Amino acid sequence: MVKFFRRKKGLQLFGLISPGALWILLFFNLPLLIVLFISFVQRGRAGGIKLPPVYTLENYRQLFNACISKFAGPACDRFLYIGIFGHSMRIALIVTFWCIILGYPLAYFISRRRPIWRDALMVLVIIPFWTNFLVRTYALKQVLATEGLFNSFFMGLHLINQPLDLLFNEFAVIIGLIYGYLPFAILPMYTSIEKFDHSLMEAAADLGAPPRRAFLRVMLPMTLPGVIAALVLVFVPVVGAFITPDIMGGGKIEMIGTLINRQFGVSRNWPFGSSMSLILMLMVLIGVVAYFRSGGEETRRAM
Amino acid sequence: MTSEFAVEMHDVVKRFITPEGGSLAAVNHVTMQIKDGEFFSLLGPSGCGKTTSLRMIAGFELPTDGKILIHGKEMSQVPAFQRPVNTVFQQYALFPHMTVEQNIGFGLEMKGVSRSERSMRVSEALEMVRLPGMEMRRPKQLSGGQQQRIALARALINKPEVLLLDEPLGALDLKLRKEMQLELKTLQREVGITFIYVTHDQEEALTMSDRIAVMNKGVALQIGRPEEIYERPANKFVADFIGETNFLDGIVKERKGSIIEIELTGTGMICVESSRAFTNGQQVSVAVRPEKLRLNSEIKDGNNLKGRVEDVIYIGTDTHYGVRFAGGQKVRVREQNVLHGHHELLHTGDEVSVSFTYVSPRILTE
Repeated sequence: MVKFFRRKKGLQLFGLISPGALWILLFFNLPLLIVLFISFVQRGRAGGIKLPPVYTLENYRQLFNACISKFAGPACDRFLYIGIFGHSMRIALIVTFWCIILGYPLAYFISRRRPIWRDALMVLVIIPFWTNFLVRTYALKQVLATEGLFNSFFMGLHLINQPLDLLFNEFAVIIGLIYGYLPFAILPMYTSIEKFDHSLMEAAADLGAPPRRAFLRVMLPMTLPGVIAALVLVFVPVVGAFITPDIMGGGKIEMIGTLINRQFGVSRNWPFGSSMSLILMLMVLIGVVAYFRSGGEETRRAM
Repeated sequence: MTSEFAVEMHDVVKRFITPEGGSLAAVNHVTMQIKDGEFFSLLGPSGCGKTTSLRMIAGFELPTDGKILIHGKEMSQVPAFQRPVNTVFQQYALFPHMTVEQNIGFGLEMKGVSRSERSMRVSEALEMVRLPGMEMRRPKQLSGGQQQRIALARALINKPEVLLLDEPLGALDLKLRKEMQLELKTLQREVGITFIYVTHDQEEALTMSDRIAVMNKGVALQIGRPEEIYERPANKFVADFIGETNFLDGIVKERKGSIIEIELTGTGMICVESSRAFTNGQQVSVAVRPEKLRLNSEIKDGNNLKGRVEDVIYIGTDTHYGVRFAGGQKVRVREQNVLHGHHELLHTGDEVSVSFTYVSPRILTE
């Protein structure tokens, strides 16, 4: 009897898990293996891959040795792609930094309201999620455009004499990314700060800690899991972003995301796009694993 | 040290805005002076303003009106982190991400005391609260009683001019509470620091304090030594809140020397010694403690009233009786079971005489 029930329980568990597991397996894990496979074969002439497959390491070598011989003669820039990787990292770090700097005080402010206000304010943070990301980015583009809201307003006030170049540069990309990803930073930090016991700040003050030191010594370390979660949740998607750099950068700002996007589009170089995707994934993976290994237990829960 | 008082509150008011938009005076014109080296308790039911008063002394709240002085220095504009006081919080508020050593050493760290001296003084402080060798533990790994001692050590290590304690024993079980009460009192005598102790437990306040302020609805109703508060309560609230009291309604008939004659409603005349002035015909309440009443042992030159036993509760050390007088007023009587066998228990329905001296009762007008 007991055995029967135990087996029945096992069956139930299997029934509950398998649909989700199958989904992940079929549509995430399997495609990943396909990407891995493609990254090690030669490209096809009109996109796709060469059939039958010819195995090669060229796609990875190319990352470190970029020769765009076709158009510009045999001009090689050994660090072209590495540079773009570095550049993407830099932009992602700047965006993450500002999302945390801007998000933390806001998350703190919201967490200190009375429950009814708290919920209302959190809804205001979340509502933008319901608008299409593309629409929001185009809207921001209109605000920053030469004839856009921002320039018109300040020209109208005669604070500036000619429109500022706010679009199609790195600044625009960074503004666009901060704009798009700020809520992702606020949510996990809010969760951490809301759980924080504020009598601990009183205790710190009572023991002679000025506000800044009390914050650095007590509140920040205790809400750090939320900050780290915010860091991961913003940095990972931003480093691979391609819509925002494409729209806000007007094709002038190259990031890993736009580069990969191009390999699967106009360049028709699936294998090279695949190898870049995998290198990007590997870099993020190493970063996240390194963090969790260094005692990020709390963070995992905060996420 | 420019003042004999450790802490002075002068006409302090604290108003809060209620969620409904109204204004509530949590502390309403409180004036008190706490002497240097004193164990002073703020006693009252929840919401009486005792914790708010403490928080204003600590600097967590600023008074709406009035002045707070610590050793003669005006504190209104001084932020909490610059005040010469330390607090033991109700829920201890130990820093969970720090070790016991880091917790206790936090105040010294803020003062810039060197690591080696800090470590030495932390182990001394741990000795003082009898938890030596606990330096590397985390607060989570300690029992409630141990956390309580760590919180105490964390505050006392800074040698504050005044130690503020906000119901520090509230979360402990009864036995541990009793132990800690004595320990705290002993500790206070040893270190000689002024303690201001917030509690809603009247027994705790009576046990530990040099003086007590009884508070209700934001007002300090009476400030005095435990025996003053108990024996000579200023009003009905204090008499009722501290210990058990019988209230008998009556009317002042006339004064005869030091004796006031009072007609108890429906029960008869009693005499109470009092030096205070009353007008004839004044409506008063006579408060008399249950342990000051005697059954069936009449007192010459005392009050002796007839009544009937309504209930008997035997609780080992004492027996409690409910006795109703002919006029309908009822009293509780507490008799110690000194000589059982000789002193027969009374039974429900027995006719008894209830006796008390002229000095036992207290006449209250409010």
